Formats: sequence, structure tokens, C-alpha cells
Amino acid sequence: MGTNDCNLQLSICNVLLAATAVIASAEAARAAGTSIAQVIDGVQPKIVKIYGAGGFRGMEAYQSGMLVSSEGHILTVFSYVLDTEYITTTLDDGRKFDAKLLGADPRLEVALLKIDAAELPYFDLQQAIEVEEGARVLALSNLFGVATGDEPASVQHGVVSVKTNLTARRGVFETTYRGPVYVLDAMTNNPGAAGGALITRRGELVGLLGKELRNSLSNTWLNYAVPIQQLRESVEAIRSGKFVSERDEKPEEKPQRSLDLAMLGIELVPNVLERTPPYVDRVHPGSPAAEAGIRPDDLIVLLGQRLIQSCKSLRAELEYIDFEDQIKLTVLRGQELLELTLQAK
Amino acid sequence: MKRAFILGIATALTSLPAWTQAGSSPSETPPASRLPPTTVLKAEDERVAVIDKAKDSVLAVFASTGKGGGSGVVITADGYALSNFHVARPCGNAMKCGMADGQLYDAVIVGIDPTGDVALIKLFGRDDFPHAELANSDQVRVGDWCFAMGNPFMLSTDFQPTVTYGIVSGVHRYQYPSGTLLEYADCIQIDASINPGNSGGPLFDAEGRLIGINGRGSFEKRGRVNVGVAFAISINQIKNFLGYLRSGRIVDHATLGARVGSDEEGRVVVTDILDNSDAYRRGLHYDDEIVSFGGRPISTANGFKNVLGIYPKGWRIPLSFRQGGKRYDVLVRLRGVHGKEELIKKTKARPRVVPMPIPKPGEKPKKVQPKPDRRPIPTDRIKKTVRPKPPMPEVVKKHFQAKRGYANFYFNRLNRDRVWKAWIAQGDFAGLRGTWTLSGQLEQGGGEFQFQLSDADGLLKLPAGEATWTATDDYSSSLSPPHSGGLLPALSLWRRLAVEGPDRFGDVTYLGLVPLAGHEGLVDVLVGLHKGVECHFLFDPVEGHLLAIEMFPDEDVDPCEIYFSEYRQLDGRFLPGRMEVHVGDDLYGVFRFDEFEFEK
Repeated sequence: MGTNDCNLQLSICNVLLAATAVIASAEAARAAGTSIAQVIDGVQPKIVKIYGAGGFRGMEAYQSGMLVSSEGHILTVFSYVLDTEYITTTLDDGRKFDAKLLGADPRLEVALLKIDAAELPYFDLQQAIEVEEGARVLALSNLFGVATGDEPASVQHGVVSVKTNLTARRGVFETTYRGPVYVLDAMTNNPGAAGGALITRRGELVGLLGKELRNSLSNTWLNYAVPIQQLRESVEAIRSGKFVSERDEKPEEKPQRSLDLAMLGIELVPNVLERTPPYVDRVHPGSPAAEAGIRPDDLIVLLGQRLIQSCKSLRAELEYIDFEDQIKLTVLRGQELLELTLQAK
Repeated sequence: MKRAFILGIATALTSLPAWTQAGSSPSETPPASRLPPTTVLKAEDERVAVIDKAKDSVLAVFASTGKGGGSGVVITADGYALSNFHVARPCGNAMKCGMADGQLYDAVIVGIDPTGDVALIKLFGRDDFPHAELANSDQVRVGDWCFAMGNPFMLSTDFQPTVTYGIVSGVHRYQYPSGTLLEYADCIQIDASINPGNSGGPLFDAEGRLIGINGRGSFEKRGRVNVGVAFAISINQIKNFLGYLRSGRIVDHATLGARVGSDEEGRVVVTDILDNSDAYRRGLHYDDEIVSFGGRPISTANGFKNVLGIYPKGWRIPLSFRQGGKRYDVLVRLRGVHGKEELIKKTKARPRVVPMPIPKPGEKPKKVQPKPDRRPIPTDRIKKTVRPKPPMPEVVKKHFQAKRGYANFYFNRLNRDRVWKAWIAQGDFAGLRGTWTLSGQLEQGGGEFQFQLSDADGLLKLPAGEATWTATDDYSSSLSPPHSGGLLPALSLWRRLAVEGPDRFGDVTYLGLVPLAGHEGLVDVLVGLHKGVECHFLFDPVEGHLLAIEMFPDEDVDPCEIYFSEYRQLDGRFLPGRMEVHVGDDLYGVFRFDEFEFEK
């Protein structure tokens, strides 16, 4: 008895539902669209709190990130926070993981971390969309480190004010990135926000919140995100082994005679720390380095496509290069990234 | 301000798409005409209407000296209003409040909560003040639209509040205090612009109901302007404190008497506990796991601090913990964060950090603090430099009474007398100074009992024997009968309050509203001090009945708890039919009254 009645009731319900659905579809869409709370609930599990180096003189020891694979790849910005052996991450559910810096692309200031986890919710970078000026967006990040443990990231709302190139004001912003950005009308890019996600109000990924950028002319701060389209290639490159800082477990065989810094005419700053940044201290006159245009105070960031994070790692990497091979060094000079070609004599 | 430069360019380029999308869902396609869709216009109209209504309850708070101020919001028709402690403190005891009707009203301080950064004030001049509806802030979700109103940068000269719109960025946030004051626990984080001067003003939900009081921004790095991160004290927290604030006291926040931390497995465990705390007496020990507190599951130390931060000192709150694999559910009485003198001292001291200092016109952020001039100041100079305080307006003077430990003792008297009168209306005991004889049956066939109470002594007859008590200068020294926690002295104090009234009892003050297990809603508490004991009398705020007595022989000892119920009318007085007596976790006895004899 119960079954038939139930079916009957159900079908009546269905008819009613169908009828109301047509009438109220606009209203329902509006309701669904404005339920930002639901969209946010769906996105929060993909946001990561990242902790690393810093913690003094206004340099916060934390930033934000987002999961971009189910097995624990985390997209974030490449900053001093990652300049440590001990990067830890906290997922939205409160689980803590040590993270490994898989690699970074200094040109885009983007980094990929890896944690040892599986079956995680993530943003598919291929599904990221582009938005127009005027689009309404949400920014999720752990700005000011407000959230800890399983507390959800902070959410802000805003409008894409303009999509423009940072190069438009060259020298005004202290950044190496020259590509397009979404400029936002919300106060998103605060300490700790870098690496957070910019999404549409339907939850689609749009951009990566950048580092704090101060306009040196007006002493104001820019709120912006880098479109995901700009980053996809680099992320793929890092995942396929480029721009990585560590070698695979089985090192390649070293050449019989390796290249070294003396052959190039480069002297680095004294190696006093575990991870001394590889700044050029002196360049010998007439050396290959001098001819290539390397100058004191240049910071070496890439050797070929390998990420260089310390004096020690630069020396170690050179051991894998034959003394007669041509090399490409990418150096940071001021806010400028330069790629220079060198060959030992 | 300077950011507007960047945005100015942006909006010029993109103004059309930005505006046509305003208020619409992202899926909506732009209409052919330049006019926004009707749903958008309707939503806008609704928003405008909500804001227009909400603005009427908003205050621009000014110090009587004309220096300093902030915002506030009226919450009752007779003019009680909320603001921040850090706004009210520099104003002193009297302030002026401008409302959207263009009028400036006199107001007086009522009660302050320095730890929670809340002040209750009262406006004069009307009995029909427009006031905000208090929402249930526990239902606020991240992503909800909200708007803040107030007087940022003290811009408004006609008292029309400024409105800023945003979303809820986070809920149940914990923001550390400065020392022990200005702690923002369980607060609401918003991205609506909050600037200096917004302090103390209301945060409304999209329907215009009050969900919080704006009070704090993250201003560490970029100077004193909005950075898209601001915090509001949840209105649910303030509801817990409102009864205490109405008492005119400087109210204190609570601690459990225990410290907690997360262990390696992520459990929240007790890392330290005071053995004189109520929590310890209820069985909570070192390394026990906190399961839930105040009805909320606890998974982080911040989550625990959030719960602790929303309750006043002295409240009894449910706590569940796990010990040796077994779960225990208890009620714990929360201790104060501060000693009484400590709180008074800290309240008077200059705050170390002001959450939102109002910049003076043209002021630039100071980088170097000038060294203080340590030379002694000649006394004749003081006379010249100290400004005389402006005289208190008459209406404020009538509603203000200074007393140490109180923000305004006038309101303590007001509420004490209200509770007393409501009780006496249920039955007058004046002049019944002779022996009181209360007799009846112990519950569950325990036999007959009889109490005899007088000024000087007390007697309890039970089938098993008799217990006597004689009044001394220290009631805590003879807590007769044994194992009752002092039932006879407690009942004697009940008789004393009933016969003598609060003025002749000794020191009787109004504590505020507290929860009472088994009773819906909060109850009024009068505190009587007499002969070395502190006695709490808990009254039904609606009926006026005395619901319970708690007599504390000492701060660190379980009180004698007496619960009265089954009130009925006898000889023109409402009297309890049943009395339950507890000490700590033990039930002493249940008494059913048949007869009351009150000698003159």
C-alpha cells in the first residue's frame, strides 16, 4: 500500500515542482547565484595556509596557497617565506603537512609545493577562466594570518577594476613580473594574502593573489591577482622537472672536468648561512662573466632551467656541467630579471 | 585615499560593465537596453530601504569636551545603547550622542566591559528611541552581505551616519588581547570598510538586524585606514554580558582556571589547571581532553578561547571532557580573569594599544616617538594646563553615582531595587522578626522535617536527629548541618533579606543576569555580603520569585546551593512548595513544605 501512495505523491510533487520550476526559475537562479556562502564552502577546502621563513621586521612568516592536484601540489607565490628547509602547510580541515618546494619560476614569482597526501580537493588549472573588467570576484586568503588550524581562510569581495600589464608603470612597483594582472577594488593584497585564490562568484578559479606591491611614487598599495593563464605553463614546467631546485634521487654522472665559478670569473658573497642567497660579490675584469655583463650585486636565480637558491646549490649544480659547455644564468638586478649567456675560456 | 587614484582610472575605463552587473547574479546576461534588470533595481531598492531604516538607531558619540568620540547604536526604546569601551573611556561619564534625526542627546555611562571592549550607555530625552533589532549572530555565515554604520573620521556634522557595505569574511575569529584587555573572541570578520571613528558602531546583516559592534581593524602595517580586514564583537557575546552591563559595574571576563593546548594528535587537552578552580573540583585534571564547551565541539585551542571569551565571570557553563577513555559532562563555574582591584586599576590606566585611534586632521603616521620629558613639572604649571571638566548636564547628574569598582553605581541601585520590589510584590515579610518555622516532609518517604530560624540561631529537626546553628561573626566557620555546605546560615540570610530588605541587610548589590540550570532564560542575581560569606539570591525576572540561593563561605569552596520551586499562594504570600539542596556534586536533600509560620 505504502509504495503506491508514495509513488503517487512523488509524481504529484514532481509535476508541482516542474510547474513551479518554470515560474520561479529566474528567482531560483538568482537565489543560487547569490548564495555566496555555498560557493565559499565549496572552495575553502582547496585553500592552504603556508608557514615558512620570516617573522621579523614586518616580514610575516606565512602566506597562502591553493591545492592544484589531488595528490598535494600547492600553487603559491615564490617569496622569502619559502626560503627555508622547513615549510609547513595547514589544510582547511586542520591537517598539517611538511611541504617540499618542488620548484619555482622567478620570472612569474610563482612556486609549486608538494605535500605527501592523497584524494584532496583541488583547483584544476585547465578549468580556470578569464574574466572581464567589471566582473564580480571573491578573494580567499589567510591575510594577516587571521585563521589558524582548521579555521577557514578569509573571504573578501570585489570587482575587477581593470586588466592591465604591470609594465605599464615600469619601475613604480617593486616586482619582476611584467605580465597582465587583474587590478581589484578590494583590499586583498595584505600581508599573508599572497598565494590566495581569486574566484568568480560561481567558484571558478580566475587568478593567484600576488605579493604586496607598493607604489613607490604614491606610497599606496596595489590590490591585484595574476591570471591563472599566465601561470599554467610554468606550473606544468615545474611538474615536469624544470625550474626545480632538487635533483632526482639518482644524480646524473658528472663530467670529467666540471665548470666552476673561478673559470667564469665570478666571486659570490661569503657563504655564511645554510642557504646564503647567491649574490655576486665581484666579477673579474676580462672574465667570461664580465663579458656577458654580470655585475656585482646580481642575484643568480636560475642556471639554465634549474632553480638556484643558495651559493651551495649553485656550486653543486655547476659540477654537473662540462667546463666547455655554454650556460645560461638568469640574474635579478634590482627589479629586473636578465638572462645572460656565458662560456668559460 | 591615494588608492582612489588607481581606481579612478580603472572606473573611467570600465564604468559601464561594472555598474550593469551591480547587484545581479553572475549568470545574468546584460540586457539589450542600458537599464539594469528589474530584479537588480528591486534588490537595490530593498537595500536602500533597509539602510534607511537602520540609520535611525545609529549614534555619533562625542566626548563632552568635544575631543574624541566614535560611534554607537541604540538597542532599546528607553535609550540604552552600545559602543566600545575604548570609545566611551576617553569620553568620561557623560557624553553627547548625535542621531540621524539631527538631534544631539545627552547620555551617561552605564556599564563597561574592558576585556570585551564593550560599553553600555543610556540616552535621555525620549522614551521612543528608534532602536536596532538584535539578531542571532551564531547564524551569520561567511559570504553573507553586511553593512557597517557609524561616523568614520568623524566626518558627519549633521549626525547622518556613513554606511559601508561588504561581506562576512570570517566567523568565530579569535583576536588576541592587549595584555588582558580588548580581547576580541568569537568575533565577526568583515571586508566592509572600517576606519577610525567607526568604533562602537553597529554591524548589520542584509536585513538590517544588529549582528555586532565594530571595533577593530588590522592596522599594523599601513597606517590608520581600512585594509579590508575588520572585526566586530558578536551581538550574541554582548547579549551574554548585557545583564552584567546594566548593573553599572566594571564587568570581568572569565577563565576556566585551566590552560589548554593542542597535543600531537590534534586533541585539545588540559596543560595546566589550578587545584582551587571549580573545573578541578568538578573532576577536570591535567591531560584530560576537552570535548565540548558551552555546547560547542572544541577542536582547536582558539575554538576553546572563543567560547571562554563570550561568557562573563561567574557563569556556569556546560563542559564535556574525556578522562581515561570516559566522557564526563559537568557544569563549571567560571572564574574572573582579573582580581577586583586589578580590573579597576587596568581600566583606569592608559590603554597600551588603542584599536582604532582617530587621526587628527593632517596628522601623518609617526615613525619616531619623541622622548618623554622626564623633568618634574612645577606645580603652578599644572593649574594652568589642566582644563576644567565641563559641568555634567542636570539629567546626567541625576542618573550618575560614582563608586569604586563601578562605572555608574546609580544603575546598580536601580536594578537592585527593581528585583527587590518584584520579589516583595509576591509576598511581604516586613516586620516578621520572630522565629520562622518551616515544616513538611522529606521527599521519597524520608519522614518529617522542621526548620526553626531566628536572627541569632537556627535548628533543623530530621528523623535522624537535630542540627543547630548559632550566628557568629564569621558564618563560614560553622556550616551547619554537616555536609550541607551551610544550609542553616544560608536560610538565615534568606530570612534576613526578606525581613530587613536590601538597605538594612548590609551590603546588597545587583550582579546582573546569569543562566540557571533547568530554567529557561537568564535570571536576576542580588549579591549580599554578611559576616564573612557571600550569598547570591537568584530571582525569576518575570515572576519575581526567588529561584535559588548560593552561599559561598569562601571563593574556592563549593557553595551551598538551594533551589526553590512549586510556588503557591499561602496566606497572601507566594511560597515555595519544594526545596532542593546541593553541595558540589552531591544532593543533600529534597524538602517538601507543608506549613510556614512567621512570628512577628
